[in-house]
Amino acid sequence: MCLAIPAKIMSLQGDKAQVNFGQGVLREVNVSLVEAKLGDYVLVHAGYAIQVLEEKEALETLSLWNDVLAQAGE
Amino acid sequence: MAESMRFRNPEIAQNIAEKIRSVAPKKSQVKICHVCGTHEWTITHFGLRSLLPENVEVIAGPGCPVCIVPAAEIDEAVLLAKQGKVITCFGDLLRVPGSESSLLEAKAAGADVRIVYALSDAVEMARKELDKEFVFHAVGFETTAPITAVEALGDLPKNFSFLVSHRLIPPAMELLLGIEDLQIDGFIAPGHVSAIIGLKPYELFTKIYRMPTVVAGFEPNDVLMAVYMILKQHSTSEAELENEYSRVVKPEGNKKAIEAMRKAFRVTSGSWRGIGKLDDSALTLKDSLAEYDARKKFELKPSEGKDIHTGCQCHQVIVGKIKPNQCSMFLTACTQEKPVGACMVSSEGTCRVWAKNVAANSN
Repeated sequence: MCLAIPAKIMSLQGDKAQVNFGQGVLREVNVSLVEAKLGDYVLVHAGYAIQVLEEKEALETLSLWNDVLAQAGE
Repeated sequence: MAESMRFRNPEIAQNIAEKIRSVAPKKSQVKICHVCGTHEWTITHFGLRSLLPENVEVIAGPGCPVCIVPAAEIDEAVLLAKQGKVITCFGDLLRVPGSESSLLEAKAAGADVRIVYALSDAVEMARKELDKEFVFHAVGFETTAPITAVEALGDLPKNFSFLVSHRLIPPAMELLLGIEDLQIDGFIAPGHVSAIIGLKPYELFTKIYRMPTVVAGFEPNDVLMAVYMILKQHSTSEAELENEYSRVVKPEGNKKAIEAMRKAFRVTSGSWRGIGKLDDSALTLKDSLAEYDARKKFELKPSEGKDIHTGCQCHQVIVGKIKPNQCSMFLTACTQEKPVGACMVSSEGTCRVWAKNVAANSN
């Protein structure tokens, strides 16, 4: 129920955006709950974007894991 | 994001599992509780429990917003459906048992019950069929409630209203800590609820209850990482609030969503199936939006519902007291095809997730 799927904003018009869920699946979603711009990845829940995904933060998460792995190898 | 596949890379998973073994206590039992149906799906689907030491257990709390809708509120939807209103809802809700009937049974008996993917689809239907009354049964935790808020504050047709069954997660987490014979040593907090509410509402658990709490994402390595972070805190008797899911969850949450909820709802007490009444755990539309509140619009009277059917142990499963396979009806009298309790109905119900996994592994 709280499932949310990342999608890329392909076009924007007011509160509505066309987003790409990958594999060419396009859908109109409501973006009134976020401050998103063209090209952003948003997290879509039940037809509404609920948050903008931060690529920088995603990479930081991976780097956090790498740190754990480095320690694990010690 | 090409990097995204690494969030489920099995080699990384094995390495995190190794790290988990190195910080886990040698003998004493540790129980980590999550409160999200999607976390349970990830854990079960990817077999994450098999990667953990025997004395580290991950248990499922009340994380399925459909399962905890009390029968009395399903009864309200069924009553409205029988009166000729069009009931719209997400698919998960359709088979959830009321006291006497589910919405699916009402539909089979001729009522107009329609599944929608998005709330806006229901609003569109109402605009096109102005001669009918449309009611959206709004179910969900903080992830979903802002959507109801935005639509309720927006431009709705006169023939549209909400039957609000939204609930809030932090009060349910606090309830778990008060259950005497339920051991909990750490919380995995739900990522998408947290994307909305941010980190602050969980401070209570670390500051007052000294409970390690980690907000986690939904990829298998996110969940393993959260288990590791909790065990690490546990090993040094710390109780910190950590955010493993920072690519989505900002400390302040989603301010627009919080503001929309604050404008549209007031926080009230609410009943949870199998749990009972919890203070400050439910949302009700504010009086300024009364015309969109189906309970007021159609003068529904509060009634007692029958939440748990004879033999069903959903109330024990919901709070993590027993596992689905400890219920004598699991996969015998209660199956995916013929569910008895709400936990077997919803795709995020703990029993349903476990049953699906049993079925997948036996094929």
